[in-house]
Amino acid sequence: MTLEPGSGPDGVPREPATPVAEPITPQDLIVSASPHVHAGQDVPWIMRQVLLALLPGLLAGLWFFGLGALRVLVLAVAGCLACEWACARLVKRPATLRDYSAVVTGVLLAMNLPSGSPWWLVLVGSAVAIGLGKAVYGGLGYNPFNPALVARVFLLISFPVQMTTWVVPQGPGTALDAATGATPLGAIKEAVGLGRTVADAGAPGLRDLLVGNVGGSFGEVSALALLLGGLWLLWRGVIRWQVPVAFMAATALVTGVAYLVDPAHYASPLVHLLGGGLMLGAWFMATDMVTSPVTRRGLLIFGAGCGLLTAVIRLWGGYPEGVSFAILLMNAATPLIDRWTRPRVFGEARKLYREADAA
Amino acid sequence: MKFSGGVHPAYHKDTAGLQIEAMPLLHRYVVPIAQHLGAPGKVLVAKGDRVARWQPLSEPVGFVSVPVHAPTSGTVKQVAALPHPLGRPMLAVEIESDGEDRPWEGLAPPADWRRLESAELRRAIQAAGVVGMGGATFPTHVKLSPPAEKKVDLLILNGAECEPYLTADHRVMLEQAAEVMEGLGLMMRVLGVTRACVGIESNKPDALEALRRACPPDVAAEFTLLETKYPQGSEKHLIYALCGRRVPPGGLPMDVGCVVQNVGTAVACLEAVRDGLPMTERVATVTGAAINVPHNLRVRVGAPLLDVLAHCGGVTPDVGKVIFGGPMMGIGQFDMDVPLIKGTSGVLCLRDDEAARFEGGPCIRCGACVDACPMGLVPSAMGLIAERFRFEELGDWHVLDCIECGSCAYVCPSRRPLVQHFKRGKAEWREILDGRRAKAEREAERQSAAAKA
Repeated sequence: MTLEPGSGPDGVPREPATPVAEPITPQDLIVSASPHVHAGQDVPWIMRQVLLALLPGLLAGLWFFGLGALRVLVLAVAGCLACEWACARLVKRPATLRDYSAVVTGVLLAMNLPSGSPWWLVLVGSAVAIGLGKAVYGGLGYNPFNPALVARVFLLISFPVQMTTWVVPQGPGTALDAATGATPLGAIKEAVGLGRTVADAGAPGLRDLLVGNVGGSFGEVSALALLLGGLWLLWRGVIRWQVPVAFMAATALVTGVAYLVDPAHYASPLVHLLGGGLMLGAWFMATDMVTSPVTRRGLLIFGAGCGLLTAVIRLWGGYPEGVSFAILLMNAATPLIDRWTRPRVFGEARKLYREADAA
Repeated sequence: MKFSGGVHPAYHKDTAGLQIEAMPLLHRYVVPIAQHLGAPGKVLVAKGDRVARWQPLSEPVGFVSVPVHAPTSGTVKQVAALPHPLGRPMLAVEIESDGEDRPWEGLAPPADWRRLESAELRRAIQAAGVVGMGGATFPTHVKLSPPAEKKVDLLILNGAECEPYLTADHRVMLEQAAEVMEGLGLMMRVLGVTRACVGIESNKPDALEALRRACPPDVAAEFTLLETKYPQGSEKHLIYALCGRRVPPGGLPMDVGCVVQNVGTAVACLEAVRDGLPMTERVATVTGAAINVPHNLRVRVGAPLLDVLAHCGGVTPDVGKVIFGGPMMGIGQFDMDVPLIKGTSGVLCLRDDEAARFEGGPCIRCGACVDACPMGLVPSAMGLIAERFRFEELGDWHVLDCIECGSCAYVCPSRRPLVQHFKRGKAEWREILDGRRAKAEREAERQSAAAKA
């Protein structure tokens, strides 16, 4: 059927005349359920925002660790993209490279590795992140654990020596075979373990922790740059405040109490907040949407759990750093948290809800 | 009071300044018998009959049923299943106009609503075929007849018009303010309530001012400018915003002592009583980037879409979607021969590039839908469940409380067709519930039969 006018503007009915506009046929029209408009954001947009927000931390890492860091970054991103492509190919699904999620995983994995990592370590990590961390579950959206952290922990357990050989930052000219040393948290843990005090560890000052002039995974060192990126993500509405705030608050609380009780053997909460992978974890890893709860109340619990576990592992666990383990453990708790924090239906009485849930 | 959730779509109320213009008489109308929620009426005319304007074409069967009336005088060409805006063909009366627009002699005489009893008013409203004009098209006389055990003390007039693009209610409030307020008074009399609240979104302060000025001294109405947020016009959310009462899940506004009526419905009720005129026309906004000349049209019910589009200069070549209603809850049309009906608040023509595609990538659990849902549901989880056809589980997630407002799909970065899932899920879950009920009844019968034997 074509579009034709049925009556004249004078109000007198008349036979259909010539079409006043392009004829439209049903085939030309989209017919689908409501709504018919969309806010505009899509998954690639979200991923691009995350990448942009990671830029300051990334640049800081590249500045302090030089070419070694760049090499790790390029290898990790290329490895993740290749693995993503291969996995899609293997199960005969359309390639999903364009959603940028593999790039984000690659960048995050790189930032969680020492800048002196051997090439094979980075590639094994990429394969584990995409293959074991994501693809086996069905790809983006279905993975229970943060893929980059799965890879990091896999590498940490399998190759503990390579994963804890930290290059000492010497600026952009840092050589590929540069001198190595301990991370601030590692040094403190070692000193306390030997019966000495925190002060004996000779850990770098807060200023160095803030800008990132310390040993560590290459993307985790600059607390300030990471915080800037995180705040930007918050402002853009990509992440919600509950996770990073609860994460940092819980870590600060537990380490703060310990510090007040025994400052000789426990580092100040500021060291814990700015040191290690906390900023990277709280703003970029724990906020991974797929592996964290969907409700705001759930995110608060999730963030607080991450912070608490991080502090406990750092203070009393075997590892100097606990962010990765804490986030992975809370990832596992996410379905449970989602169940607990299911919102109340509009108009539903509190009591009614409990009864309905118990039934 | 502000409800949680909701979204802020681009409002595009570009037609707000356009005066309502009467659509010229057409040579043909298609009047579906079912234009309301409830039992379709019984057809009173047959092929070849001559009918006059306002003559009933059907009579109600039962209480939750209303008649439809001829939009103009002419000849009945056919009574058959014809294209309907809801998607599948439904029984309709096609009238060929004779151009005379001759009124029906059997019209009810004009009456003063202030002197009529509420039962008489209700009868007049039903006889005039008045239905809720906000889009849900529930028969108005039913809404105005709360059972005795539900004590209604508040009538709410819905002038929120929270759907983007639509300005029909806005224009009615501006141009027919006195009639809106009279109609409100009339409905208050039917219900026997002394208190009324008028809720209008903050993007229409002129409408609120117009109504306030036009309010007769004997109509006690409170006026509230509401936050401009979609879906502010949803009954439950409007009630909460205006008086803080929460309609329980599965409940009706009358469960919290409220009745909500649309501004257009108020005018229709008044015309039904004051002038004795049945509901044969309504104001509809014809708009969107893909229509050449946007209009606020007073259009007779039954006018074919094709003619309405033509009157508005036709559609542009890049038209992608033609929608009855607004962009959030409207119904996409595929047959340009469907008629505009009592519930058609607008015709929205979107360009191909404006029409959202919900192709449905994986849920990335971002929680945007959870934040957006004004009903406190978890659309992300429900979408995954619906995708796996686990409809019983969907029932446990309160799918029946979904108002299909579209906020979740609107914000979903993966463009998942959430509303489509929930529409299907609701239908399937209702079927399961019906099945269970039937089974329980059969069981009870069997047991009573066994007891007798």
